[in-house]
Amino acid sequence: MTATSRPALRGIVEEFLFREAALLDDWRLDDWLDLFTHDARYMVPSTDLPEGDPGRDLVFIDDDIMRLRARVARLNSRHSHRENPRSRTRRFVSNVRVEETEDRQLSVSANVLVYRFRSGEGAPYVGSVEYVLRRDGEDLRIAYRRAVLDMEDLSWHGAVSIIL
Amino acid sequence: MKNAAEPMDIRDLVIDDRKRGVFRVHRSCMASPDLFQRERRLIFDRCWIYLGHESEVERPGDYRRRTVAGRPLFFVRGKDGQVRVFLNSCPHRGAMICRRDGGNAKILRCFYHAWSFNTEGELIGVPGRDAYGPNFDPAELGLKKPARVDSYRGFFFVSFNPDAEDLRTYLAGARDYLDLVVDQTQEGMRVVPGSNKYAIKANWKLLAENSLDGYHLIPTHRTYVDYMAGLGTDDSGDSLAARPPGAGRALGNGHCVSENISRNGRPIARWHPVFGEEAKERIARTRRRLVREYGEKRAFRMADTSRNLLIYPNLLIMDFVAISIRYIEPVAPDRMEVTAWHLVPREESGAALATRLDSYLTFLGPGGFATPDDVEALESCQTGFRASENEWSDISRGMLKSRPGTSDELQMRGFWRQWHANMLGRNTTNVQDGQPTESQAAAADSEADGLGHRASAR
Ligand code: FES
Ligand SMILES: [Fe+2]
Repeated sequence: MTATSRPALRGIVEEFLFREAALLDDWRLDDWLDLFTHDARYMVPSTDLPEGDPGRDLVFIDDDIMRLRARVARLNSRHSHRENPRSRTRRFVSNVRVEETEDRQLSVSANVLVYRFRSGEGAPYVGSVEYVLRRDGEDLRIAYRRAVLDMEDLSWHGAVSIIL
Repeated sequence: MKNAAEPMDIRDLVIDDRKRGVFRVHRSCMASPDLFQRERRLIFDRCWIYLGHESEVERPGDYRRRTVAGRPLFFVRGKDGQVRVFLNSCPHRGAMICRRDGGNAKILRCFYHAWSFNTEGELIGVPGRDAYGPNFDPAELGLKKPARVDSYRGFFFVSFNPDAEDLRTYLAGARDYLDLVVDQTQEGMRVVPGSNKYAIKANWKLLAENSLDGYHLIPTHRTYVDYMAGLGTDDSGDSLAARPPGAGRALGNGHCVSENISRNGRPIARWHPVFGEEAKERIARTRRRLVREYGEKRAFRMADTSRNLLIYPNLLIMDFVAISIRYIEPVAPDRMEVTAWHLVPREESGAALATRLDSYLTFLGPGGFATPDDVEALESCQTGFRASENEWSDISRGMLKSRPGTSDELQMRGFWRQWHANMLGRNTTNVQDGQPTESQAAAADSEADGLGHRASAR
């Protein structure tokens, strides 16, 4: 991926994000985990503090790769009751923007709409996801992933029980 | 369940047979709109209800808005340093004065017709004042306050009942447990920025119960228990029987606690591998300080025991992997709104604070490894209540024991007994399982309960 033009770069990133979304909607969480680097972080700030810093503020989720693996193991088990039986989800990823950083990482943001259906009810999570993607040969890896919700609270869902 | 045409007699909603050890709650208590209205009147309009923490309004002019027992309120720190609480509704024609969750202001101006108030609540500006007649008295048109406001160790409460007993008396046995939390810090506690707000499609009392319920821990939170065990929790077995029993207590006035020797880390002074080697020395230092200041016994309770404390009716202080303030706002018989905040010692910053913030997120919060499954459990119960031929819920565990543990349910019965008394229009009741016979009381006195203090004679 040297000297890729901007639209081509966005195409590559979109391809990656669409593949990621499909893995999540198909509940192929182990394959999804493989997209991450070993020093990766996954973060979801509180709805009332979108700029929240997990070192200072209360957030919903702040996982290093160990806890992210544990989160996936939990979601894969029969004992994660909020997701057993699993909810149906459908993700729509759009408005993808890509910036190349000085250290040749990609700083990406995308709008997401994740519809979740379960127990006779359905509602969306609406927000944006920011990524830092690292090149790994021809492939990309997620080094940082932060999902920022636009809802004022979790009154529709009661929890963040799926990966956002 | 009885249909609305023939509502149950309030007296029959709770079966409390202390001799036979039978305790049942009629499920209409969680579903009936009439009972919900009655709770509003006889509980939420009469008790002390949590509003917020002093640290949320540090500087003069800092304000926060809240919904408390259905009312929009806000609290603001005045120029004189006093915290005042106002009904968030303009004395002119009702618009909300405070339309943000928080901020800082010198003057509070209503956007509708631009009346303005100072942080003491006085009306200080009325555009076109001269058009009002001589009987228009600005002194009568200041911001309205709830009937009572008081605080205990930084926790502010309001009551809409002018005749409410004073807050200290109301808190009864819960005061000592609040002290155990607040005394952990040298410089005072503060709420960190950010809150977890979520709604549960279930009756509010189910969360009050659930937050004190040790019996559900292993089946509901197996994934959490397994995760912590994987990180090096000293887990001597995952069966109920293998766990230390802890203690469930009714503290009077409906306040209850479930208290346990902690198996996981406590950021204050009980190290756990999840905190990392570098935290070891710091945590040992804090522990030495607590022993110095409070003696071995009380330091042990602060450092090594965890407590889930219910301040009746709708506040929880969860002091285990971190300290969470959890406020429950009932909005309908089958719906509650929950807000959780994280309370930390002011002197902690940098790595210590980061460790504590991280510890919170393992269990607590709607994105944690446990709370989502509690939400699921409560919603599942609420849906189950529609099977109305199944009229009763059982809350009798440990009722005939002399010393109920956390997986028993005295701490829930204490809540329900107060609730039932309130619903019958009474203020107080015997919340314990029974009057102790002399020999029981002597036995309780002669035996420490493993939590560093004697069980009180019940
Ligand atoms: S309603 Fe507030 S100024 Fe009129
Ligand atoms: Fe729970």
